[in-house]
Amino acid sequence: MTVTVKLFASFRTGRFEVKTADYPAGTTVGDVVDSLALPRADVGIILINSRHAELDRPLAEGDNLALFPLLGGG
Amino acid sequence: MDTLKSYLEEHAAGDLLPWHRQLEASRSFGLTIAETEEAILAHGLLPARYQRNRTTIPQAGQRELFHSQVAVVGCGGLGGYVIEELARVGVGRIVAIDPDVFEEHNLNRQLLSTPERLGTSKVAAAARRVGEVNPAVTLVPLRRAFSRDNGGELLAGSRVAVDCLDAVASRLELAEACSSVGIPLVHGAIAGWYGQLTTQFPGEATLQAVYRSRSGGPGVETSLGNPSFTPAVVASLEVAEACKLLLGQGTTLRGRQLIVDLKSMEFTVINLKE
Repeated sequence: MTVTVKLFASFRTGRFEVKTADYPAGTTVGDVVDSLALPRADVGIILINSRHAELDRPLAEGDNLALFPLLGGG
Repeated sequence: MDTLKSYLEEHAAGDLLPWHRQLEASRSFGLTIAETEEAILAHGLLPARYQRNRTTIPQAGQRELFHSQVAVVGCGGLGGYVIEELARVGVGRIVAIDPDVFEEHNLNRQLLSTPERLGTSKVAAAARRVGEVNPAVTLVPLRRAFSRDNGGELLAGSRVAVDCLDAVASRLELAEACSSVGIPLVHGAIAGWYGQLTTQFPGEATLQAVYRSRSGGPGVETSLGNPSFTPAVVASLEVAEACKLLLGQGTTLRGRQLIVDLKSMEFTVINLKE
């Protein structure tokens, strides 16, 4: 299945802004996060087609996945 | 007070009262600078220092700001700039909450830090700075760590809280405390080139949505650090939100989150409701 992944802020460094790629059926958000070598603890907001989702959520054909880092500094 | 009123009317230039007249009125009538400011605003006049606020904030709004108390929770990178801007815009009472002293690694970004102040209290520096910048503003320094247990006490009397903390767990406790005491919370966080901002109203679990109910752990700032410009940007955005809440003007980020990316120079707003 084809999924478009959009990365925000520090997640872009050494990766990409937007990329459409093929993933096996049953791939979850967490699998994509792992495949991009993003520490799961660094992941803040996750949007699938502009709706909030969690790491265990399976992706579907044509989904747009957006990943934002968790920022806590002040 | 009739004589004070006459003094103010006599010495106002148009509707503006110059600073030296405000000082003179305080001395002549045995009032504090804050009491004189209250009288100036009550008589429909404006301390001249606020003349460039006027198109943005009408005289009645300036009076509203003067009678407002805002809690600034955390006096580091974000908090230093937030306190500076709240004091300059004319918020009458600022409660500054932070248990820490300045350390050398603060000097690259924290407005209130100087080499001479290393090892000294951040809230004491805030009080000194506000006393220099706008003596009509009362800064209440509370050298305490904010927690769920003392939240109600530390936020008492404040109309808005501004989140300038540096840990996810304490931010979530602050959000909970703001809901309990029934005040809105302006949230800002930073890391490297990046920042985020939102506004939570009482009863809305906005910060829980932002942090996906995580109870603790740092964010990416532990590896990215914080340069000088990101806290200044995000703090200014927080003050704009706080002023809108106090003045009842404009549209806040309620139910939305702003993601600031200064490296790509992109500002993205996402919906937090779904």
